[in-house]
Amino acid sequence: MPASLAPAHNTGNPIAVEMRGLNKWYGEFHVLRDINLTVRKGERLVICGPSGSGKSTMIRCINRLEEHQTGTLMVDGIELTNDVRNIDAIRREVGMVFQQFNLFPHLTVLENLTLAPIWVRKVPKKEAEEAAMYYLERVKIPEQAAKYPGQLSGGQQQRVAIARSLCMKPKIMLFDEPTSALDPEMIKEVLDVMVELAREGMTMLCVTHEMGFAREVADAIIFMDRGEIVESAPPSTFFANPRTDRLKLFLSQILRGH
Amino acid sequence: MIAATYAYIVTNFPFLWQGLVVTLQVSALVVAFSLAGGLALGVAIVYGPRILYWPIRAYSDVIRSIPLLVLIFFVYYGLPALQVQISAFWAAVLALSLFKTGHVIETVRGAIGSIPPGQNEAGKAIGLGFGQRLVYVIFPQALRRFLPPWLNAVTDTVKGSALVSLLGVVDLMQSIQQVIGRTYEPLPMYLYGAAIYFVINYTLSSLSRALEARFAYIRE
Repeated sequence: MPASLAPAHNTGNPIAVEMRGLNKWYGEFHVLRDINLTVRKGERLVICGPSGSGKSTMIRCINRLEEHQTGTLMVDGIELTNDVRNIDAIRREVGMVFQQFNLFPHLTVLENLTLAPIWVRKVPKKEAEEAAMYYLERVKIPEQAAKYPGQLSGGQQQRVAIARSLCMKPKIMLFDEPTSALDPEMIKEVLDVMVELAREGMTMLCVTHEMGFAREVADAIIFMDRGEIVESAPPSTFFANPRTDRLKLFLSQILRGH
Repeated sequence: MIAATYAYIVTNFPFLWQGLVVTLQVSALVVAFSLAGGLALGVAIVYGPRILYWPIRAYSDVIRSIPLLVLIFFVYYGLPALQVQISAFWAAVLALSLFKTGHVIETVRGAIGSIPPGQNEAGKAIGLGFGQRLVYVIFPQALRRFLPPWLNAVTDTVKGSALVSLLGVVDLMQSIQQVIGRTYEPLPMYLYGAAIYFVINYTLSSLSRALEARFAYIRE
């Protein structure tokens, strides 16, 4: 059953990501089971589920950090195959933010931001630096441009990582548990940047357990368990009327204390 | 006493100097060859196709399991039996290079392997190609992990080069032996030789420490 995600105001938009019958195995372990998913341009999708449910693996397939074995995956109209040119083309259009930030520790913040624009997009250095400063302003840390990542707090590093992705002017942004490695007091500063990005109409797929964020910006939330999409719904029904016992159990666990 | 010691050092130095030059030549050639070979094979063992992995793995494991002296004798006495004529000097350089290449392969492999996979993934995610990821992301970080053990290996090479004296190559060690042969004064001469080796290697290890400090700003 294809997950129907697009809310009314987005139904006419072109498709950004489409998965049809996607399967992936790690050896014997069936990590993604017959995933069907359509994300339209401008849509914000939140993916949640217990650890090991395949949610990170699923979004990592979109920029080929993981390879799917059967089924089709189209990103921005290009089918992901083993063709390296297609993979490179897709990676240029898809930004990703990782749980562990993955900034380059040997480069300054500014160099982290300009590396790909200069070498992949062939933007002149000065122009790339101006663009980098613009995005640093947007994530509210322009004063850290000359520092090395190791000199920044976790929240600052993650905001730099978001800015680094934005410098490539991606059409789609993937977030893989962007706040899970952060101290509680730094989560908000990162979520604020993500909310702002959502307001500007960025197509976003976010693996996160920040249910407040999901409520605020998601067009749809999907719940994954054991490699399957179990449920998908707009936030209002997702929280108010979970249909399956698995989702009821999951919500009771993560919403405890909220 | 001091004057006599001074005279001893000065009179013997020109002869030892010639040996020292040979020691430095052997060392420099071995360092250059093993660096070139070890870098190429080390990168190949990490990123190369599967068919390259096993031959390189076997080479590195075998060569590092053989005593250096056995390898030197094997090359010098063994290759002529296979119709390969080679001078004592080049046999020594070849044997030491083969030996050190094995170590450089492992140092390169370890240095690259110590970079967290997330670095490579972040490079992919922002669109860097394979070569760009190596040049701008992986190698600069691997370099600082490579340099200290590699410089350590360079001092090992200088020390290990003393074994070439056993092939009759007149290096620093052999020069010392020859002076002792003339003067029958082993103790001061060995002390003298040890001091020269010490100066060279202490300089190198100081350089190694300075480089480590230079890269200290890179924190994970």
